[in-house]
Amino acid sequence: MYNLIGAGLIVIGGGIGLGQIGGKAMEGIARQPEAAGKIQTAMIIIGALLEGLAFGALLLGK
Amino acid sequence: MDIFNDFSIGLFALQAVILIVLLVLLKKFAWKPILASLEERETGIEDALKSAENARKEMQNLTADNERLAKEARAERDAMMKEAREIRENMIAEAKEDAKEVTASLIEKAQASIAQEKQAALAEIKKNVADLSIGIAESVIKKELSNKKDQLDLVEGILKDVTLN
Amino acid sequence: MNIAQKTTKFLTIAVIALFTTVNFALNSNENNQGEEDGGKVNTKSEITAYIQHHLADSHDFSLFSYTSSEGERKHFGFPLPVIVWTSKGLVTFMSSAFHHNDDGHVIVEKGGLKFAKIHSKIYELDSNAATVSFDESHHATNAHKVLDFSITKSVFGILLASLLIFLGFTKLAKQYKTKAIPTGLGRALEPLVLYVRDEIARPNIGEKKYRKFMPYLLTVFFFIWILNLMGLTPFGFNVTGQIAITVCLALFTLVVYISNGTKDFWMHTLWMPGVPKLLRPILAVLELAGFLLIKPFSLLVRLFANITAGHSVVMGIAALMILLKTQFGTVGATGISFALTLFLTVIEILVAFLQAFIFTMLSALFIGMAVEEHEHH
Repeated sequence: MYNLIGAGLIVIGGGIGLGQIGGKAMEGIARQPEAAGKIQTAMIIIGALLEGLAFGALLLGK
Repeated sequence: MDIFNDFSIGLFALQAVILIVLLVLLKKFAWKPILASLEERETGIEDALKSAENARKEMQNLTADNERLAKEARAERDAMMKEAREIRENMIAEAKEDAKEVTASLIEKAQASIAQEKQAALAEIKKNVADLSIGIAESVIKKELSNKKDQLDLVEGILKDVTLN
Repeated sequence: MNIAQKTTKFLTIAVIALFTTVNFALNSNENNQGEEDGGKVNTKSEITAYIQHHLADSHDFSLFSYTSSEGERKHFGFPLPVIVWTSKGLVTFMSSAFHHNDDGHVIVEKGGLKFAKIHSKIYELDSNAATVSFDESHHATNAHKVLDFSITKSVFGILLASLLIFLGFTKLAKQYKTKAIPTGLGRALEPLVLYVRDEIARPNIGEKKYRKFMPYLLTVFFFIWILNLMGLTPFGFNVTGQIAITVCLALFTLVVYISNGTKDFWMHTLWMPGVPKLLRPILAVLELAGFLLIKPFSLLVRLFANITAGHSVVMGIAALMILLKTQFGTVGATGISFALTLFLTVIEILVAFLQAFIFTMLSALFIGMAVEEHEHH
């Protein structure tokens, strides 16, 4: 039960983080469309790092 | 599902072996030739572009050169023609001058020789007159004693000759 | 032309999704008999068990199973060799000896030893035991696991993927000998190679040093990608969802970037310049933990979790067909399940590429960190 609550918290945290990354990346692309490729790559890397963190936490909480 | 319990050492070992073999085989038979040819192609394209650019530049240079040469040639031709004209004019002028000089000198020479001839003629006349005078005088002197009248005739005859001369 | 291509793509995906659902449908056709005859799915717990069974490695290659008119359970597929290292050395036999049993009821005797298969693991029975006995939490009490070097479904998948990759790229390599621009399959593979080189290796490792790591990055990229895609076929591979596989891949990346670390890298890791001396050991511990533990761990967990989650969700959605049968009828439930499975399969195709890309990208990034030459301060 508790680990399910923990998993929920992790997902909320991860979701907020991913939302921030995605939102800021969109803003960046809107501001400088010519840098879209670079921003996308950086976004994916940061997203992947965050994802790794969240998955790690999920596995440890299992 | 407990993933750490699920970890199979056998699968891990087999995967490691297969991956190493795959890496080695692919590196030798696939990646090296592929990457080499890709790079070769890219450098080829780059070189081709560069050489095309160079050729273009050369062409530009060539046309510029040609133009420059043509211009130079034209300028040279103009210069030459100008020079030729000048030379011709000079030559004409010089020829005129020369001709003038030559005629002048010829006239001078002619005048000089005329004067000389005149002098010589005068001198000869003088000499002849003298000789004649002396001859007359001699004959006058020879005949003086014999006949006065003859003497006068003689002088007169000689003088006639002289005037005729 | 474009529309035709799109239609072909759509149809391919639809066929894949259809196979996934058909697979389930065939498995769930009949509803009777004992539990030990694996492969039938009808209730919620059976679905969970089936999904878990799929996510785990298996010792035989079965496409689907059905019950014949004589009431006999038929399995369509072929057995794979079991190779185990036991207390008496190496023992091999075909997995068909277990008759598709997966809960330890079928005992195989070979080389003077007794073996049972419980949840896709081979157990060696103690010498005096005749059957496997279980305690309350369903752990075998009189048997122990053996070192299993079997050609399991995953190993079979790895071999198949390796073969495909090897054949595809040696063909491409050969094409370059005769022509400047490859044709056919090579034309599809070349942009991918260029993509890995120009988008992953070059920007992350640097112009000077990327060449050395290209073979590793390319191999890993295509290995993961092909295996991810194979996981979406009806053959039901779940190779990159095996923790052993992702651990192995992450360890390879770890070895590559640790063994190529420059002097600068170790200097910055172990004795960070420009930081108070008191803090340096603490930073060193953090940096070392980051490079030796956290980075490989995040690599392996990400790939594992994404693929496992993808498979679970696709199978779970496919199972809606059974769960919703009473509410929507057979056609309605199948329709809903099919539409959702189709949608998820499309996403999974994207994820298959994305995960291969991210694994390779992060590997390149870590390698780039390790081989970077810092300017001396």
